[in-house]
Amino acid sequence: MSIARFWRETPRRYNLGGSKCSTCSTVYFPPRSVCPHCTSHRQSIEKMMPFQLSGEGEVFSYSVVHEAAEGFEMQVPYVVALVKTVEGPMLTGQVVDVAPEEVRIGLRVHATFRKLREEGKAGVIHYGYKFAPVEEPGEAPAARGPSVPVPKAEAAAKDRATA
Amino acid sequence: MREVAVLGVGQTKFGELWDRSFREIGIEAGLEALVDAKLSSSDLNALYLGNMASGTLIDQEHIAPLILDYAGLAGRHLPSVRIEGGGASGSLALHQGYLAVASGLYDYVVVGGAEKLTDVPDATASEITSSAADHEWEVVFGATLPALWALLARRHMHQYGTTREQLAQVPVHAHAMAARNPNAHYRNKLTLEQVLGAGPVAEPLGMLDCAPFSDGAAAVVLGPLETARKHTDTPIRIAASEVACDTMALQHREDITTLASTVEAARRAFGRARRAPPDVRVAEIHDGYSISALVALEDLGFVEKGRAGAEFSSGTFGPGGRTVVNPSGGLKAQGRPFGAVGVAQVVEIVRQLRGEAKDRQVPGAALGLTHDVGGTGATSVVHLLERGN
Repeated sequence: MSIARFWRETPRRYNLGGSKCSTCSTVYFPPRSVCPHCTSHRQSIEKMMPFQLSGEGEVFSYSVVHEAAEGFEMQVPYVVALVKTVEGPMLTGQVVDVAPEEVRIGLRVHATFRKLREEGKAGVIHYGYKFAPVEEPGEAPAARGPSVPVPKAEAAAKDRATA
Repeated sequence: MREVAVLGVGQTKFGELWDRSFREIGIEAGLEALVDAKLSSSDLNALYLGNMASGTLIDQEHIAPLILDYAGLAGRHLPSVRIEGGGASGSLALHQGYLAVASGLYDYVVVGGAEKLTDVPDATASEITSSAADHEWEVVFGATLPALWALLARRHMHQYGTTREQLAQVPVHAHAMAARNPNAHYRNKLTLEQVLGAGPVAEPLGMLDCAPFSDGAAAVVLGPLETARKHTDTPIRIAASEVACDTMALQHREDITTLASTVEAARRAFGRARRAPPDVRVAEIHDGYSISALVALEDLGFVEKGRAGAEFSSGTFGPGGRTVVNPSGGLKAQGRPFGAVGVAQVVEIVRQLRGEAKDRQVPGAALGLTHDVGGTGATSVVHLLERGN
């Protein structure tokens, strides 16, 4: 995949930037330029406003994948889920920081910024959202990374700048 | 609009056809259909070719004139057009051929479907065919086509109590049927234990829940029903040819246990033909994954929503059942050459309606249905075919 092709989607893949119809208030992710819900959807043209998703949601369905998508071979078995966000849109993404056998429909999760895959040794590294379980009150803090870690690409660039 | 009939059918063997090229199989199926229709190539007006991914699978785009050329028809400069709609490419091509003849613009057209999946490694074929899903918002995040169908399966199990064993009955049935089909990719019988014990692909789906990557081609010749008797004693009328589309990604659907595109295509098809699901004696439906077949039976109206697992396990759709499903062995066992599937489904139904299906003949078949799906149901195509009078 060309660098530009992934880079142009970073506002969505890094920050969950969606859109909201200013006529019917339905939220979409990824953003749409017309609203499928509005009865005469012409009325929504140029009225779709940017909308930031919180990343909170719950697992609607999931699969433990053993035969990986390209670039995910090193991650098997991994969980791919449909996550129903609190704002409405459903997102497809991996569920991490939990054993595959503990994932279930209804599990509360939140989006977390992670490395998705890399294109070989010299290729582009793709970053974006994955989902991690929300810690229930009273639950002992698990040994897992910060919920919104610094994007690794930026951290690496900072390292290079200060070196 | 004119009534349209299928006048001839042809199909190659499906499977790992390592000794045969894309153009060879495409032409074999087309010529067989032409001979079957008792037509000569000078009678033809156009060619429509369903194919999903020749550009990435065999590094060849622009395949419609290629097949026309090697079929010996380039000198007649016929229009030859490729149609793409993921796994539903073949039946979309048929829909275009149907429109052309029904409109009166063309009298005789060949509709072919062909795909060559085994010239690339399995992992590459998997990556290429997963592009029938939404690459940017599903595949980039680790989903594959089987993983997306697994999401659907898990949800169906959650909402309706469909069991893993009920899913496993689908491939067992497919292989039992394909044992009587000499063109099938797999003719070995499968047991429930084998399906349940096969390695996982995307849980709850295992390796034997998934249709294989096959090479193969199929073709039909269409013409006006009014003159069909000149070509065949058993013209098969296309009673309906309906296409319906839906959101590209599974994630944008309210209910993922149903393919709204299939529901709508079936509703339109039965409406146009003024028939109902119980009238259908034989059906070739999409069983790319075990769950696909169960969802299709519900969406096509053969069984109440949520009941397909139980009904299928009780033999409702097996030999001697109310509606016999996938006598060819379906995508699972006859094979899955993506762009050829929809045309091959029609070839099987035509043979059934003509009474030429030999030892897999469904007795008394007068009305048949085909159901073809692209991706996870962004496209569904339903055809109803019946014996002409």
